[in-house]
Amino acid sequence: MTALTVPARPEQAASPRPLPWRRMAWVTWRQHRVALAGVAALLGAWAVYLWIAGLQAHHAYAAVTGCQPTSSPACADMLNNFTLTVGDFNFAYGDKALAASVMLQTVPALIGAFIGAPVLARELETGTFRCTWTLGFGRWRWAVAKLVPLAVTVAAAAGVTSLVFSWYVQPFFSDGNNSPFTPELFDLRWVTFAAWTLAAFAIGALAGMLTRRVVPAIVATLAAYTGLALTAGLYLRWHYATPLVTSNPNVPSSAWIVRQWWTKGGRFAFPGQPSQQLLTQLCPPSSVAPGKVQGLTPTQCLVQHGYTQWTSYQPVSRFWPFQWIEGGWLLALSVLLIAATIWLVRRRAA
Amino acid sequence: MNVIETIGLGKRYGRTWALRECTVAIPAGHVAALAGPNGAGKTTLLNLAVGLAAPSAGGVTVLGGRPPGSPAALDGIAFVAQDTPLYKNLSAADMLHLTRNLSRRFDQPYAQDRLGELGIPLKRKTGRLSGGQRAQLALTLALALRPRLLVLDEPVAMLDPVARHDFMATVLTAAAADGVSVVLSSHVLADLERVAGYLILLSRGRVQVAGEIEDLLATHRVLTGPAAEAGSYAGRPVVHAGRAGAQAHLLVRATADDPVPPGWAARPVGLEELALAYLREPGAAAPAAPPRTPESETEVTR
Repeated sequence: MTALTVPARPEQAASPRPLPWRRMAWVTWRQHRVALAGVAALLGAWAVYLWIAGLQAHHAYAAVTGCQPTSSPACADMLNNFTLTVGDFNFAYGDKALAASVMLQTVPALIGAFIGAPVLARELETGTFRCTWTLGFGRWRWAVAKLVPLAVTVAAAAGVTSLVFSWYVQPFFSDGNNSPFTPELFDLRWVTFAAWTLAAFAIGALAGMLTRRVVPAIVATLAAYTGLALTAGLYLRWHYATPLVTSNPNVPSSAWIVRQWWTKGGRFAFPGQPSQQLLTQLCPPSSVAPGKVQGLTPTQCLVQHGYTQWTSYQPVSRFWPFQWIEGGWLLALSVLLIAATIWLVRRRAA
Repeated sequence: MNVIETIGLGKRYGRTWALRECTVAIPAGHVAALAGPNGAGKTTLLNLAVGLAAPSAGGVTVLGGRPPGSPAALDGIAFVAQDTPLYKNLSAADMLHLTRNLSRRFDQPYAQDRLGELGIPLKRKTGRLSGGQRAQLALTLALALRPRLLVLDEPVAMLDPVARHDFMATVLTAAAADGVSVVLSSHVLADLERVAGYLILLSRGRVQVAGEIEDLLATHRVLTGPAAEAGSYAGRPVVHAGRAGAQAHLLVRATADDPVPPGWAARPVGLEELALAYLREPGAAAPAAPPRTPESETEVTR
């Protein structure tokens, strides 16, 4: 006995057209607008702060470069002041810009953990996926329409912030005394910051799909992101291109020095810096050899004893290629992770 | 047409089979009850039917041969999951808007009218509604989809008796007035007697009984007689034998026309009693599944 009035066959023959994507736009916005507003507020406040600090830095730098005559003690003093108190990222740890950079480093991790991880984990934890996955829009399209706009939005927001930051720190690299490869800064500027944020979001989304719980997903995201960022910074980045090798001891300070070692008579002697023991043995500080000028630097002294210092380094001209390489593989990784997440949504058993 | 049809359907989670060798055909036009104890595989079967889960073995089709989760199946089936999950931070109006956006058909005036009748404030967040209101909201969303099949997983388990009654009344109205086929699961057998016209009894992941309740009740009788003679009764297949003092109660497969042995009294059986008798005898086979023709089987497995 059949009480249904709708005929089954004709409808079955014509496969219905998928519902338009824009239907999901409202849903994604409605469900994530608080989180997105949080991101906008956080990064917006950051951008304003960086812009104000950047204005100060640019003014100071303009004053230095505009100082006439350049050789006057006043100008030298000003330059010294600029580089030492504001410019030297490696040593001035109390510095404002360095503090800003440290704070900025946490942004991708936070976005991955608190935007990326809950997107699917919360649905799975509270069971609300059963409401939406059984509706006509279809579950994998639902996942696409949630993940892709959110990923693009957080990456774009991060990109804008890092543009402001890049502009802020620009003066410190203008004189060529600082290396733009500095690990604290390389991944905060231009392309890479947006790419890292995107990757963190993608890691979070996949972690949420795999763990199905919000808190474990957040923990997993933080762990995976930190691991990846450390691996990239410490081991991967200098492999992007074969480092140049030189025996010239005057490597420009804008270059990224990968490794240094010494040879003697064509044979490897020791890595890194000479030991104190060797220096005392070859170049005792009190020794004043006849016919030689006192006050040789350790390097010069060792060179006189037949040692050669070798340096492998990445020249500053490789900054942009490295930015694009890192941005590229992170983008590829993010696409892969998001695709894997959507595939899991499609095949996951409830 | 069968709204849900399964052949040898099985679902395994890890090494445990939640559902096994399930072959059942639920015809359209019924309120079909899926009954069984906790862990019998009711939720698993429903999840497979709405496409939330994929089978580990066998096959399942819905709405007359469609694969679950296909666009046509999604459009034709409305599902209210266990504990009626809703987005807690969305208002009732937002839930309406969300559901309308994500489905092909949505009867907005119907949904709004019904929520108005029920006194559910549209502006209130669903997390602040009572359990009964949440269940009614979820049911309203499902019915506003104008489905051909409404699937309800333990819809009233968390509700108080009044809310339970109201909920079931809405389901019955939809089934009667709009011709919606309903499949609902429950482990509360008493709930089902009032509403269901078709019964599927699941036990330990297998189908024990499946059939129209009218037929089931007509083909089973309870015989009461001296306990000493219970073992020697051999007239009709005994499903379950129970003892109360010197009396034995036998649930047998028999109609009202079948002869009653001397010294025994026969009476009709109630749905709850019938279901309990089967559930106590997990080995008892299901005689009531209608014999299906080879054509219909090949059609499903295709």
